[in-house]
Amino acid sequence: MKRILSGNEAVARGAWEAGCSVASGYPGTPSTEIMETFARYPNVYAEWATNEKVGLDVAIGAAYAGKRTLSTMKHVGLNVAADALFYVAMTGVEAGLVIVSADDPSMHSSQNEQDNRQFAKFSRIPCLDPADSQEARDFTIAAFDLSERFDTPVLLRMTTRVCHTSSPVEVTEQQQQIPEPGKYPRNPAKYVMIPANAHRRHPVIEERVSELSKFAENFPHNKIEYRKRDLGIITGGIAYQYAREVFPNASILKLGMVYPLPVEMVRSFCKSMENVIVLEELDPFIEDQVRLMGIELFKPQIKLNGDDAHTKSIFPITGELNPAVVRQSAEKAGLLETSVKKELSNLDIPIPARPPTLCPGCPHRSSFYVLSKLKVPVNGDIGCYTLGVAPPLSTIDTCGCMGASIGVAHGAAVAGDKERHVAVIGDSTFFHTGIPALINVAYNRSNVITIIMDNRVTGMTGHQDNPGTGFTLQNQATIELDIEKLVLACGIEKVLTVEAFQVDVIEKTLKKWLKEDGPAVLITREECALLPSARKRYLPLQVTDQCNGCTVCFRIGCPAILKSDQMDPKYHRPLAIIDQELCTGCEICAQVCPRDAILFRDQVIALRTSEEV
Amino acid sequence: MDINGLMGKYPNGINFLLTGVGGQGTILASNVLAELGMSLGFDVKKAEIHGMSQRGGNVISYIRWGEHVYSPIITKGEADIVLAFEKLEALRAVEQIKPDGLMVINDYAIVPVTVSSGMSEYPEDDHIQETLEKFTSNVYWVKGQDLAEEIGYPKASNVVLVGALTMLLEIDPEAVLNVIASKIPQKYYSFNKKAFYAGLNNLKTKK
Repeated sequence: MKRILSGNEAVARGAWEAGCSVASGYPGTPSTEIMETFARYPNVYAEWATNEKVGLDVAIGAAYAGKRTLSTMKHVGLNVAADALFYVAMTGVEAGLVIVSADDPSMHSSQNEQDNRQFAKFSRIPCLDPADSQEARDFTIAAFDLSERFDTPVLLRMTTRVCHTSSPVEVTEQQQQIPEPGKYPRNPAKYVMIPANAHRRHPVIEERVSELSKFAENFPHNKIEYRKRDLGIITGGIAYQYAREVFPNASILKLGMVYPLPVEMVRSFCKSMENVIVLEELDPFIEDQVRLMGIELFKPQIKLNGDDAHTKSIFPITGELNPAVVRQSAEKAGLLETSVKKELSNLDIPIPARPPTLCPGCPHRSSFYVLSKLKVPVNGDIGCYTLGVAPPLSTIDTCGCMGASIGVAHGAAVAGDKERHVAVIGDSTFFHTGIPALINVAYNRSNVITIIMDNRVTGMTGHQDNPGTGFTLQNQATIELDIEKLVLACGIEKVLTVEAFQVDVIEKTLKKWLKEDGPAVLITREECALLPSARKRYLPLQVTDQCNGCTVCFRIGCPAILKSDQMDPKYHRPLAIIDQELCTGCEICAQVCPRDAILFRDQVIALRTSEEV
Repeated sequence: MDINGLMGKYPNGINFLLTGVGGQGTILASNVLAELGMSLGFDVKKAEIHGMSQRGGNVISYIRWGEHVYSPIITKGEADIVLAFEKLEALRAVEQIKPDGLMVINDYAIVPVTVSSGMSEYPEDDHIQETLEKFTSNVYWVKGQDLAEEIGYPKASNVVLVGALTMLLEIDPEAVLNVIASKIPQKYYSFNKKAFYAGLNNLKTKK
């Protein structure tokens, strides 16, 4: 039966069909929907782990215990999980372990576009790279078989366009049998990586790569499509689709397994072609391996980057590919006739940008408004609140990766920076990697002020539960972690929890703390305005005739506050107006208005009641 | 039209581009078109971006119908049909339309924060119209938001536009409604059906 599935849904489907019964991951675009989909299948256990490293350790434990297991994360999550990746590459597993890395070429929602195929080579495990949803499902099933056959974790490397493209998938309705739990292995020579054992395991995994390379020669998902022989293309993953689109008559060696490569298959394909190119997104990962085999690739007329050996010669190393980029690169290299340029018009008027912004009613807004007034350096973190960087708030000064805010602020403080440093981090990110950094602040006594913006959910990735919400991924009631107690236990003595919309309390507290020495933590607590429970409280506010267009409310950067067509008669400034469709009634604007020209919620209710009477 | 009729008119398949602002139902409309394409017998691909871009930003999705679809995305000058749920986003996407491709626009503005904060100006209607006409004369304006509000379901402007598109492509309305029914909770079906027909019957006033 065919169903339209996204690549992510197809991975979940494939895992379920393969009898995978345990999954652990951490949300991250573009991987999140894999876990959300898998969690709804019958007879499975699925969880959000606190971070990717914990998630992978959990998955490894389950695979040691004899259950086929899935571990999911976005590409940068594998950096966090890398320690676990490298030991499980050494130990191998008792049952299939598939690690999904969802890479994000073009950084649609990420801080970098690292190519995680490199991790497979780095850790000596096989890497499968699907090109569409059908392959995402098929390769997931193949990955579990491969994992058990070669006693290795398998990296299933996805990319944004595969994760978030939907296409028809042939599925089966049956789940392979889930084995009864066996006895947990008592095999220290294999599973206890003390140096003596690790010494013996290293040659085993190097040998495994050689065996996998031989296996790859007949792996059904490595295949040659013979067409014309003047051009042969070696490709894998999403780049295959662009190869077919731009070079419909070329022969193609499509690699389902991009590491290790089937050496003989590559050689014989290249021998039968007049010219060979490698078409792949991001790093020259396949290309480097092919060149190391001593194979001469097509020499472009004009090299993309001159004679720079550190990059690719035909296709760009940065950004995702698309048919236009592939075609232009191929024309430049002399692979294609330069197409007759269609007369396409160009846009000649400026179009206002529509950048992502903090939503109307976002509980992060008040803290950023206060910070923008205090003008202290703010070290940010990964989440919706990174949008505090956008004008008019323009408040975030650094942001690198999950959990970085607190450590970076501490580093600046111990370096003797004259300004007082603030770190801003969300609830889920604090649980992810913020806690060790906060302990470090307390232990090493810097005077960093940390603001934990607790919006009661993992927001940016689309409302996933976390240890603070009271529910698990599979909707079981659970603990609701008390952040304030946790902060105290970390050794921070100065800690205060406030309601996130209380602008004056936040301002007073921060001003007081800035005058005092020592570390402090402010927890601003209010649920995300997009949560169903928050939506029930929406009550749009109103501007009264007291407004004189002073612009203070515009400075909070709320999309619900607009400039009206009406001008203030004295100053000729546009008056403020509140969009009744967008406003949630968070009252931040009403609090900052110096003329009390914006009605608070109870004033709006009173006004409406009086109008009705 | 059935698949043969559509392939006669669009021998290389149909590339749709849907564009709107987060919360306008762009994704639902995309899902309907992908499912509809498959039910008509096409190979289909639907590509969209999730995550950060949704926080008040624009949402673009591509749907491709064809005998065999490879690339999930299209680039400049390759869209046969653009369905725009917001005027500014229609303008932003217009470079991607094929010369004289079909464009259906919701006559509705959502002011971006760059405009409300005074950093830039929302273009005038006439200016939008003139600019679009440089790319295609095949522009249909639909008062999707007004029509959706009239039937008492303001969120359904996406379905109003799908109705309008159904008329322009001469596809069997029942086939489209069946797909819509499979994508939404049953309690909202009657509203969506009204919205669909409101769009389908409305395209007499070409602006």
